Amino acid sequence: MAKFRGAIVVDTEHCKGCNLCVVACPTHVLDLHHDVNGKGYHYSYMKNPEACIGCASCGLVCPDSVITVYKAEIK
Amino acid sequence: MAEVKLMKGNEVIAETAIRCGCDGYFGYPITPQSEVMETLMLRKPWEETGMVVLQAESEVAAINMVYGGASCGKKVMTSSSSPGISLKQEGITYIAGSELPCLIVDVMRGGPGLGTIQPSQSDYFQATKGGGHGDYHLIVLAPASVQEMSDFVVLGFDLAFKYRNPAMVLADGVIGQMMEKVILPDYTPRRTKEEIEKQCGNWALTGKKNRERHVITSLELEAHRQEVFNEKLQHKYREIEANEVRYEMLNCEDAEYIFVAYGSTARICQKSIQLAREAGIKVGLLRPITLYPFPMQPISDLCSKVKGFLSVEMSAGQMVEDVRLAVNGRVKVDHYGRMGGVVPTPEEILVALKEKFSI
Amino acid sequence: MELTDIIKEENLILKKSNLLTDNVMHYCPGCTHGVVHKLVAEVIEELGIQDQTIGVSPVGCSVFAYNYIDIDWAEAAHGRAPAVATAIQRLHPEKYVFTYQGDGDLASIGCAEIMHACNRGENIVVIFINNAIYGMTGGQMAPTTLLGQVTATTPYGRDAKLNGFPMKITELLAQLDGTCYVTRQSADTPAAVRKTKAALKKAFQNTRLDKGVSFVEVVGTCNSGWKMTPVDANKWMRDNMFPKYPLGDIKDI
Repeated sequence: MAKFRGAIVVDTEHCKGCNLCVVACPTHVLDLHHDVNGKGYHYSYMKNPEACIGCASCGLVCPDSVITVYKAEIK
Repeated sequence: MAEVKLMKGNEVIAETAIRCGCDGYFGYPITPQSEVMETLMLRKPWEETGMVVLQAESEVAAINMVYGGASCGKKVMTSSSSPGISLKQEGITYIAGSELPCLIVDVMRGGPGLGTIQPSQSDYFQATKGGGHGDYHLIVLAPASVQEMSDFVVLGFDLAFKYRNPAMVLADGVIGQMMEKVILPDYTPRRTKEEIEKQCGNWALTGKKNRERHVITSLELEAHRQEVFNEKLQHKYREIEANEVRYEMLNCEDAEYIFVAYGSTARICQKSIQLAREAGIKVGLLRPITLYPFPMQPISDLCSKVKGFLSVEMSAGQMVEDVRLAVNGRVKVDHYGRMGGVVPTPEEILVALKEKFSI
Repeated sequence: MELTDIIKEENLILKKSNLLTDNVMHYCPGCTHGVVHKLVAEVIEELGIQDQTIGVSPVGCSVFAYNYIDIDWAEAAHGRAPAVATAIQRLHPEKYVFTYQGDGDLASIGCAEIMHACNRGENIVVIFINNAIYGMTGGQMAPTTLLGQVTATTPYGRDAKLNGFPMKITELLAQLDGTCYVTRQSADTPAAVRKTKAALKKAFQNTRLDKGVSFVEVVGTCNSGWKMTPVDANKWMRDNMFPKYPLGDIKDI
């Protein structure tokens, strides 16, 4: 069975730090950064990038469409 | 081919709408104008010209349907009578605030409240001073004959599109209900998609393709930007005031007194003038055809020649305020009116003139 | 495998819809409106109907929906969107016309307009966001506010004697012969988001079938109005809203 690795890119300046993606992630990849963006929000980031499976759950629940998701087969 | 017919004022509104290429009518029944929608339903213009006719669930819904139709650059209208027009004020101010063209017909009846179903002219303030909230004006046309019920549907739409502003035909129950000879206009086809695109293509909702999206809205939260928009509207109103004043003068050349009257009251005043002249009193008539813009200058110009003005209205005295503004204290201005749906007689108007001006 | 090997154009599986504008949404962090806006944009994009779609935005938090989805829009007076959409659809029968309304707009002040648009069977899509509160004006009671729920105008909780009962407008509308598809969804989990998107797509596709109103309610959160974090709001919604407003298709003919 093919295995996949995923990765996301967060538009950190437009993230509002709502935390919904963090909770939605089944593999606990995400967290809110201790730094804040220009608006003062703790933005989402990949705390454990190696755990990402590219399921896109984070992107689906994101209200601000700031998450871009990539998924690659491990060869 | 122009067609001559004997018709009721309200029926003529419907017939002319079909003939002038109207795209949609949205209404709600109310006396004394229900024949407008009844005539349309009987005529089934959707089969003939493709015009949409819909009986809405309320006047509120009807005017918001007009808002929607006008948003698409379509030629749309509604009609109602006083209490119904009050309900429509919300939609009307949104239409004015979104700079949409449309036609609103008001066949006035007596108020306040549910009032009476008899004719009245007590909604002059509501029609000419805005009606809803915010600084805005409708272009207001006042027909005095069944012929003008027809003519002003055409003119109202023309002015509405010329200025991207709602226009109103302000009739009274007499004009709506009476039958007269009318020359109906020739058929003008409804505008094609391309013609709408040409006329309204820079703002109408036609579907976003190869251009910026179009948004019809009256909302602007930033105060300074809203003020810029308000100034734009005011500029438009000044332009309308400069270009679109319409009125009619009768027997004013040698007149010492002038009746100022519109709609059916102007018709009655014509008889009063005849009676007055038979009695040796030189009276003339100035009939505003546009109530907004109001014929300020023609009234002002008469001040040097006459002894006074009597504003005759089926109201407690509304238009008289505009006559006073135009006269600005130079000669005497008074008002005579009947209320509650009572139509004044030529004789009582003459008596009022004599009493008020001590003739 | 390095991140740089994964983050490549050919591996892209989810990105912001091309139909969402660059404007930053004014919604509070975690607001359901953002998710539903995104789904509407994606559905219109996937159906390839940008040039044929006209939206009608309401009064309420989503009044500015026209700033975010790149189509032609009319902004309606409070509650009147179904009337506005009625005329647009009847005058543009070839277009896809939808309203986007909140609970105050649709179920309170606009009750007559939505009832009659549904009863006439207008060929439109109605998207109804039910978060049981007035967001834009600062968290007052909505028709859908739950009994006991604290809002700015029910500071001691909604009391049926004083304020009446939570209104299940969607069930009422399903009773009308003019509706063809009536469903209630949510957008709190990835699975729910997928289902809502499918419902929206079906609703838009119904337009071409000329069957009447397709009505999609999305039970959502107003975490600011509810005074909770977005995550807690989702939990509260599941625990309290879903029992009163159960998810699923109510009508599909």
